[in-house]
Amino acid sequence: MGRTLAGLFHGRPRLQLGALLAGPVGWLVVGYLGSLAVLLVASFWSLGETTQAVQQTYSLDNFKELLDNDVYRTITLRTVGIAALVTVTDALLALPLAFFMAKVARGRTKGLLVVAVLMPLWSSYLVKVYAWRTILSEDGPLNWVLNPIGLSGPSGNAAVWLVMAYIWLPYMIIPIYAGLERIPDSLLSASEDLGAHPWTTVKRVIWPLVFPAIVAGSIFTFSLTLGDFIAVSLVSKNQFIGTVVYANFTTNPPFAAAFAVVPIVIMIIYLLIARRLGAFEHV
Amino acid sequence: MSEGVSHAGALWDSVAFVPPVQRGKEEPVSDHQVTEVGQPEERVDVRLKGVRRTYGDVVAVADVDLDIRHNEFFTMLGPSGSGKTTMLRMIAGFEVPDRGTVEVAGRDVTTLPAYDRDVNTVFQDYALFPHMSVAENVEYGLRIAKVAKGERAERRDAALEMVRLSGYGGRKPTELSGGQRQRVALARAIVNRPRVLLLDEPLGALDLKLRQQLQIELKRIQREVGITFVYVTHDQEEALTMSDRIAVVNEGGIEQIGEPEAVYESPDNAFVAGFVGISNIVERPGGDFSIRPEKIRVLADGEGGEGLQVESGTIRQVSYAGMVTRFHVALDEGGEVQVARQNAETTSHEDEDLPGRQVRVGWRPEHAVAVGAQSGNETSTEEE
Repeated sequence: MGRTLAGLFHGRPRLQLGALLAGPVGWLVVGYLGSLAVLLVASFWSLGETTQAVQQTYSLDNFKELLDNDVYRTITLRTVGIAALVTVTDALLALPLAFFMAKVARGRTKGLLVVAVLMPLWSSYLVKVYAWRTILSEDGPLNWVLNPIGLSGPSGNAAVWLVMAYIWLPYMIIPIYAGLERIPDSLLSASEDLGAHPWTTVKRVIWPLVFPAIVAGSIFTFSLTLGDFIAVSLVSKNQFIGTVVYANFTTNPPFAAAFAVVPIVIMIIYLLIARRLGAFEHV
Repeated sequence: MSEGVSHAGALWDSVAFVPPVQRGKEEPVSDHQVTEVGQPEERVDVRLKGVRRTYGDVVAVADVDLDIRHNEFFTMLGPSGSGKTTMLRMIAGFEVPDRGTVEVAGRDVTTLPAYDRDVNTVFQDYALFPHMSVAENVEYGLRIAKVAKGERAERRDAALEMVRLSGYGGRKPTELSGGQRQRVALARAIVNRPRVLLLDEPLGALDLKLRQQLQIELKRIQREVGITFVYVTHDQEEALTMSDRIAVVNEGGIEQIGEPEAVYESPDNAFVAGFVGISNIVERPGGDFSIRPEKIRVLADGEGGEGLQVESGTIRQVSYAGMVTRFHVALDEGGEVQVARQNAETTSHEDEDLPGRQVRVGWRPEHAVAVGAQSGNETSTEEE
């Protein structure tokens, strides 16, 4: 049997390739693109006015509502704003740390740092979010320290920003670390040798070479924040795209689908801008 | 192409490259001609004084004193781990010595960062910036030095022409072959007109043919631009071919400094004799002596060997290597020597039955160089 199977594939590169890719490609098409298509189609449906049942007739009403209604516009802007803020925060935190890990630390220190960055990923997302909820709650440890000196811990948008920036930070550090690892030390020496001060080397050599890695990391942090609905509802009472989708999921599925399309469109625009900036070149 | 090259040279000079001082004097007649010792105004471009560098318990460079003269092609030759690269890195500014001083052009630069030194480096792995074109790579130093755009383009073109890469400016380094990348790295360094150019085994990654070709080019370029070259290599042939002077480096110290002939023909000690070329060391009364294989001749039967130091021995092994045939001869007096014979009028077949035969070998007495500590006498010992 094995022999005949081997015989079947021998000298047929297309068949080999087909057998190799059938599984993953099938999974992508059916599981991912398929569900996206369903989502997209459903977003044009609506609820019957009296029956409250889904009517499979196509209209742009859901999107009109999203654009016209101030509440949803605010929610969208708030979500995108927080996602952008989280991304910038993570990039600012990750760059020096990743640089230290990749170019300064050696041996044991380096290994320990990599483990320290990866460790939060080993524990459940919910555990971390609940931990933050406890820390930030009104009678939590943070306020217990801050209240006596007349301050209070972050809440609302600030709390979401803080928690999201914490949870997605490893997704920014790892690509930047990998990107910096790929820059040979001799390039930095060459730049210095040719008269460049350290800051000039950062600007002209390190930054352009690590930029694609930053974009890769930012795609994670930005899209993960855009789509989150658990953490944001646990640490804040504000509405975000994710929480609205979640709230409408059972009562008004077409509207939930329409709002879920919004972050997808935003991500497509984001990726187009990134490509414009050259993030996918000379990789 | 040759037209282009001479033009490049002219353009190079016209951009006011080297101070006109000594220009005529520096055109060497032979590869190995250097400024004579004792000439009154001998300029020193690099001076190491009592330089020491250790890594933990390992002494990488042990109290080295070294003068590298203006405009010479100076080579540091030694096995890997001998400290030659560390010395280079201290001149470049990537390492700071534990003690001692480094001077470039008479100025103490010991603690000066690399970006403030009038020195440029050609790295072993080329270290070209992958996100920049060839032209941008070459212009990098000029851009940082804020050279005006017009002059920048002019000097970039001249440098690319000098390394025979005119027309390659728009390419990315990844689109070039290893040899071409090496040339770009060279152009990127010399375009800045540094006082001293440091080359860290720049040809190490290339294959033999290309290496030999680039050796000649490097030598040509060095003469054209008139910059002091400090070249690090572990390849003795490369060192002998290109250098005005060679420093043989071993275990963090310098074993011998001299012109290629001096280092090869009269090695100061057994290490130099063994590392530079193939060396036969024989122990005779009065010390150890080194005799180069090509200086020894197998004498024909009945040949007198007048003027030669003659010893008898047994041929152990014959190996044919095309241009030469090598005989390993065990001498009756003790020791085994390798004898190289040019196959000018002979072929391999004539030597097939030789192993095991008794032969007489001879060399001129002055070619047996004392390398042991026992004797300063540079001739071979008396026999019988």
